[in-house]
Amino acid sequence: MSTATLPPITPLTKKDFQTDQEVRWCPGCGDYAILSAVQSVFPELGIKRENFVVVSGIGCSSRFPYYMNTFGFHTIHGRAPAVATGIKAIRPDLEVWVATGDGDALSIGGNHTIHMLRRNVGIKVLLFNNRIYGLTKGQYSPTSEFNKKTKSTPFGSVDRPFNPISLAIGAEATFVARSVDVFQAHLKDTLKQAAAHKGSAFVEILQNCNIFNDGAWFSLTERDARSEHVMQLEHGKPLIFGKNRDKGIRRKSDGDIEVVQLGNGIAESDLVVHDAHHPRPSYAFLLSHMEHRPGFPTPIGVLRAWDDLPRYEDVMNQQIKDVIAKRGPGDLAKLLRAGDTWEVR
Amino acid sequence: MSTITEVPLPKHKREVIDQAVIRFAGDSGDGMQITGSQFTNTVALYGNDIATFPDFPAEIRAPAGTLPGVSGYQLHFASNDVYTPGDAVDVLIAMNPAALKMNVADLKANGILIVNSDAFAANDLRKAQMTSNPLEDHSLDKYRLFSVELERLTKTALEHLGLDAKSISRCKNFFALGMCYWLYNRSMDPTVRWIETKFKNKPLLVEANKLAMKAGYSYCEATEAFQISYEIPPAKLSPGVYRNLSGNQALALGFVTASQKSGLRLFQGSYPITPASDILHELSQYKDFGVMTFQAEDEIAAITSSIGAAYAGALAITTTSGPGMALKTEALGLAVAVEIPLVICDIQRGGPSTGLPTKTEQADLLQALFGRNSEAPIPIIAPATPSDCFWAALEASRIAIKYMVPVIILSDGYLANGAEPWRVPDVAQIPDFPVRFATEPNSPEGYLPYKRNPDTLARPWAVPGTPGLEHRIGGLEKQDVTGNINYEPLNHEHMVRIRAAKVAAVVQEIPDVVPVGDAEGGLLIVAWGSTHGAITAAMNAQRAQGRKIGHVHLRYLNPLPANLGDVLQRYKKVLVPELNMGQLLWVLRAKYLVDAIGLNKIQGRPFKQAELEQKIEEVLGL
Repeated sequence: MSTATLPPITPLTKKDFQTDQEVRWCPGCGDYAILSAVQSVFPELGIKRENFVVVSGIGCSSRFPYYMNTFGFHTIHGRAPAVATGIKAIRPDLEVWVATGDGDALSIGGNHTIHMLRRNVGIKVLLFNNRIYGLTKGQYSPTSEFNKKTKSTPFGSVDRPFNPISLAIGAEATFVARSVDVFQAHLKDTLKQAAAHKGSAFVEILQNCNIFNDGAWFSLTERDARSEHVMQLEHGKPLIFGKNRDKGIRRKSDGDIEVVQLGNGIAESDLVVHDAHHPRPSYAFLLSHMEHRPGFPTPIGVLRAWDDLPRYEDVMNQQIKDVIAKRGPGDLAKLLRAGDTWEVR
Repeated sequence: MSTITEVPLPKHKREVIDQAVIRFAGDSGDGMQITGSQFTNTVALYGNDIATFPDFPAEIRAPAGTLPGVSGYQLHFASNDVYTPGDAVDVLIAMNPAALKMNVADLKANGILIVNSDAFAANDLRKAQMTSNPLEDHSLDKYRLFSVELERLTKTALEHLGLDAKSISRCKNFFALGMCYWLYNRSMDPTVRWIETKFKNKPLLVEANKLAMKAGYSYCEATEAFQISYEIPPAKLSPGVYRNLSGNQALALGFVTASQKSGLRLFQGSYPITPASDILHELSQYKDFGVMTFQAEDEIAAITSSIGAAYAGALAITTTSGPGMALKTEALGLAVAVEIPLVICDIQRGGPSTGLPTKTEQADLLQALFGRNSEAPIPIIAPATPSDCFWAALEASRIAIKYMVPVIILSDGYLANGAEPWRVPDVAQIPDFPVRFATEPNSPEGYLPYKRNPDTLARPWAVPGTPGLEHRIGGLEKQDVTGNINYEPLNHEHMVRIRAAKVAAVVQEIPDVVPVGDAEGGLLIVAWGSTHGAITAAMNAQRAQGRKIGHVHLRYLNPLPANLGDVLQRYKKVLVPELNMGQLLWVLRAKYLVDAIGLNKIQGRPFKQAELEQKIEEVLGL
């Protein structure tokens, strides 16, 4: 057998994905944890380094490509999904990740985000959500809570915020997940699941901005409170949360959901079993929306992973192949002479 | 058996002439564009030289019979060279009072006026804001008026087919077309073939349209209405195979050719906009050439997806008009900063804002030159005729790739929709311009994304997926050679200057200008884009009267040809006619300190030959 003669394959390591560029985020920024998680996950995906492309827009999060030793493209504000779509259309074989923020993806680039998701382009989107504009030094963002006092809203913001997860599910994204910068193990696991998804994967990463919005997600990350406020989703498992894992989500007869206390005749078997693979988005939307209701937890993990829809770039390229199979490869001389012609002698 | 010898009817007179201008005008729903393009196709196939001017409203169907709903199609065809669609028309076909009112002023005295008299009831006149019936009030006495009951005659010809009244009425344009074929002694065969293809699944409509057209032809034959018919012999074009080509078709074919000649996949990111959408319609048909068309969610995604495709190794283009161009501005700056090949087609229309979507203008020149934040120079190419768009597409693609720059093509609505005969080139004679992507690190330290070719100043093109060439690019200022982010003052000045020097280096590709006409003397006309035909016609007419005039038509607007400054000095006066407020004029005055004079028309319409001649005479002091 010839395998003995092949050069040994050196597995890639986290170091292979680090660049020589000085990382210029503020000390203590949540972005460091996300960078570290991505650099740890990439070598485990079995993909050659040269086949990774990291694309970003503008904002603190969008400096990401400079720190990843892959092909990288730091584009303009909000347009990363569109640039990435062009890359994927021409090179479906590449592994394209977009690093973006709440302003970049949901405000100036909201249109591109939803259209990329509805097309199901095979791009992984990491949305760093710190609920603030950091790079422009502290204005409210489209995910900032109502009545947020910032530099541009000294009397409080009057905008209702987007829920990024609801928005992505509303656009019928085929993979929608949420993780948190400081939950490293959960974040890495979520990134791996996103990487395994063929179509568009949308991952919201709750991230702290310790300069302009410190404690952005305090109620979810603070050690004592987190189990009460966060519900970790796992496909096929019942929806349970609480410090003592004693609370759950149950369907009501009208189709809505409610929080119930386990015990007193209510068992795990009465709870909703998480089905991330459901072809329709309505259940995932219901989950995504519960955090806005009093007493309900914030779900993290994979809300939706339905991978039966073909990728946009594959459909595009297949259509071209089909036409070539039917008509034969184009003949330029024939094309230029198409239609009615006449000869002058 | 009858012994009576049949006396032949007095034959109508057939006159040989060298040119004619015909205009079909009617309601938006009357099929005037189809009628005009069918007549065009037929005379082109016969071998006449042609120029066309389709002129239609932005509304798909303005209220029927009203003035804003009038759609027109003008054709100039001749046995000699044709440069313009013609200032005035010899034959006007008016399908209703509104069409008559909007167009009759352009009909020559004693010109032929064919009117659908069935559309002149009181209500029709009111919709056209007419107080008396022009068919009866002698206001049309200076024309040869032919009132034809198009509605009734078409109905009579088709009533046995069992078609509904609406479908029958919709065939009346082909009755009129048949009349015109008789008038100019043209075969109906090409249109018959077109009808058979167009309605191949609707045999009844094939029959109806053919019958209507033949009825129109026979009507002229039988009634001897015109008493005279015309013959325009074929033009003496250089030998070869010809086809009819509009500017937008030419761009599409040019890009497919550029894709084949460069060996790159063609990617078009585009958002529908008048008058550029036809390029998308054309290219979306050419999937057998591997062409990938992407109808983006907006103008910005159209260009940024194209930038992504170029980054991934495609020949990428984006096509738009002025308002879309405005939206693409920031992304154009990105393409300049990351030094990536890209071709942007701006099919100019009247502005500002939404302006005149279907009308032509040349007012985006300064936008193309300067319409980006900071110093962001971009080469600009302006085709002069519809078929020149083919060569402009090829040239822009070649320069974009060779210099790693975005290149703008400035076409306009007149070129986009206008058509002319095109001698189909021999594909083998068009040179290849193969692309060499970077495959190896270009220095001992590894791959340096901004290490430049000393002749072109182009940086290498390393596409994702190439092992060992992983690198980062972006819109932030970077250090030359390494591409690392760098905000140092002198580095920024160096980068601004080198990006400008690269665009300036494109002058190597540009031939020196050689004025057409007189090489020196009283007047030099400098212009660009779609005004070429009208200026040529005007200059020829003026030179025939002994005036010393030269004409430089700039194909490259940035950089400008190296010898342009010298050429400007050889003439006493410089005239710059433009369909704008004087944008090239502004550039020439600023760059060459020349006291040039503008002729500026901003009416959404091309120049007339007479307007140009009048200005030439005025400038020459005649």
